Amino acid sequence: MSKTTRLLVLFIPLALFLGMTLFLLRGLFSDPTELSSALVGKSVPAFELPDIYDTDTMHTEAVLQGQPMLLNVWATWCPTCRAEHEYLNKLAAEGVPIIGLNYKDDSREKAVNWLNTLGDPYQLNLYDELGKVALEFGVYGAPETFIIDAQGHVVYRHVGDVNERVWEAKLGPLFECLQQGAQPCEV
Amino acid sequence: MRSLIVMVVGLTLLLLSQQAAADQREFETAAQQQLYYELINELRCPKCQNQTIADSDAPLAKDLRDRSYDMVMAGQSKQQVIDFMVARYGDFVHYQPPMQWSTSILWLAPLLAIGLGIVVITLMVRSQKQQPVTLSAQEQARLKQLQQGADDDS
Repeated sequence: MSKTTRLLVLFIPLALFLGMTLFLLRGLFSDPTELSSALVGKSVPAFELPDIYDTDTMHTEAVLQGQPMLLNVWATWCPTCRAEHEYLNKLAAEGVPIIGLNYKDDSREKAVNWLNTLGDPYQLNLYDELGKVALEFGVYGAPETFIIDAQGHVVYRHVGDVNERVWEAKLGPLFECLQQGAQPCEV
Repeated sequence: MRSLIVMVVGLTLLLLSQQAAADQREFETAAQQQLYYELINELRCPKCQNQTIADSDAPLAKDLRDRSYDMVMAGQSKQQVIDFMVARYGDFVHYQPPMQWSTSILWLAPLLAIGLGIVVITLMVRSQKQQPVTLSAQEQARLKQLQQGADDDS
């Protein structure tokens, strides 16, 4: 072997080490809980759930069609839901249609009480006592917010609280794009 | 010593009973039972990462166990339950990833490592062979000395 090839060979372990370092370093800053939803691009699953205020009134997946809207998964046991609630009130006041999915709450009374005291940003609230419909949506925690287009397709799923930063950067532009009816809309 | 044995036996019984209580289900056939345990040890909890839904105490893991149980009892096959979960929670939920372009490295990496190893070894062996052994006069003399020494010993 000539001297230069010898040197190159000697540097292979260093190059491998540096490559590995970069790969692992990237892993430090990635968020493994940010899973993309398997439902993106698909229609919302079929369901039938009672209304949170009046359990005799039943809602089906039809309530998620007709216009672009948000589906917000929440519960009173979830502190982050409390944190985002003010912002949801603000969005609702600006005319963004939000439908609530109350996910395995401690009790219906608690949830209704929450809405009565903190304000109700939701057009209507689905009461998913056992989390069966949430399972159909692939929900694994609260809060989660789905953006649904006028045809009832899931366009995006956001995990964690909706706040001004998230809305300005991602959700808002996507939602406006859907409202204008221009297809396709991407994040 | 006796109290120690009693304690160990007692603790073991306690652990066993708790494990049974955590997941007590009734099955009609042994095949259903086997399928159920296969599934919950192969499905991954989306909430508590790096645990199977059998291992995890998270409420979501329990929901997924319940759903797996219901589906097994309804006569669904293993693939049907897995497809159901993957359709909702993505490939992430299954501990055996599907063969795709993005996952192909899982199968290719070991083959590449073996291939690389073979190449390196071949190159090393070759380079050793190609160098003709030439001894200096001093080394020749030492070799001769050693050989003579060996002859004397025998």
